[in-house]
Amino acid sequence: MSLINYSSREINCKVVYYGPGLGGKTTNIQYVYEKLAPETKGKLVTLATEMDRTLFFDFLPLELGEVKGFKTRFHLYTVPGQVYYNASRKLILRGVDGIVFVGDSSEARFDANIEALYNLHDNLKEYDLSLEQIPFVMQWNKRDMPDAIPIAELNEELNPEGYDNFEGIAVQGVGVFDTLKCVAKKVLRQLQTS
Amino acid sequence: MVRAEWAIFEEDYWAINNVLDDLLRSSRASNVVLIDRTGQLVSQCGPEVDFDLTSFASLCAADFEANYQLAKLIGERDFSTLFHQGARESMYLAKIAKGVVLVVLFAKSTTLGLVRLRVKRAVEELNDIIERLYEKLEYRNEEYDTFDETFTRGVEAEIDNLFAD
Ligand SMILES: Nc1nc2c(ncn2[C@@H]2O[C@H](COP(=O)(O)OP(=O)(O)O)[C@@H](O)[C@H]2O)c(=O)[nH]1
Ligand SMILES: [Mg+2]
Repeated sequence: MSLINYSSREINCKVVYYGPGLGGKTTNIQYVYEKLAPETKGKLVTLATEMDRTLFFDFLPLELGEVKGFKTRFHLYTVPGQVYYNASRKLILRGVDGIVFVGDSSEARFDANIEALYNLHDNLKEYDLSLEQIPFVMQWNKRDMPDAIPIAELNEELNPEGYDNFEGIAVQGVGVFDTLKCVAKKVLRQLQTS
Repeated sequence: MVRAEWAIFEEDYWAINNVLDDLLRSSRASNVVLIDRTGQLVSQCGPEVDFDLTSFASLCAADFEANYQLAKLIGERDFSTLFHQGARESMYLAKIAKGVVLVVLFAKSTTLGLVRLRVKRAVEELNDIIERLYEKLEYRNEEYDTFDETFTRGVEAEIDNLFAD
């Protein structure tokens, strides 16, 4: 839920990275964190288990330069992928302004993508939300995998609505900024109604 | 015109800060922080903290939300307050209207009983302010034309700027 503070002249927006476990959500955020200048980013918070899989969420606040005296902040969150963490996943979605779905291109994870998409719909429904109302972008990650399914096929099967989508190799940073830029601008457009 | 979930105007901000100020002094707490349930910082009162306040707000919201889910799981509607006890610093969290959360940090200079007592009154006052603020939002949105096309384009340029490869 975007919060506009007219007194401190700040706008805060929340973007959540969603998707199957081990699809590359944390890697996306880590890349953003590593690439940005210190003054534009806050602390990267990761609540992870020993196995280095996200337990609760990763959190990274970003700050844009001032426009018309207002500072815009984006708070990036990732959700844990595993099914048994659904309660955590659900609570991270509260007040979401934009969603990035990080899909796994490899054939072996095809079903995991479907499951994660269904789960996203279900969890949004609990907040009386649907994907049509929220700025939404897809990233087909792990394009470097030998068993990567062609983009056209992924979109046909998993993105019949034709949401904006990007190819990603998050470990190399490919597609990370493009995806984030796209969702950030959509969130912004949503904030301004004609 | 803006389609934000909520907004805080100058006068509400000062009203809120007055309550927080009062609470800080009367409870002898070390810090008072107001956040919204999505993890965004609304206001902070007290000496500058030596930890990352943005992370703190985000984790408090997650803490509160997790406990809300726990309450539902065991058949409670909600836990209206939470208490975390530390060796030196403790935390007391209380639910305000519209998903706003009040967080009080306190040390040995005061007691849980006093904090709880003072928070009770502060919660009532904050509830009033937040409720009024929401009523106001219903009909005041159109006054704020800062967020027009020029603004959006300006922020878009900032986005491109920040994420230049
Ligand atoms: N080959 C390949 N591996 C990736 C890519 N992106 C992430 N990974 C790896 O996939 C694993 C899971 O990534 P992670 O970001 O933790 O996934 P999350 O569960 O969605 O947060 C890690 O070992 C990453 O290094 C990619 O584009 N290609
Ligand atoms: Mg992760």
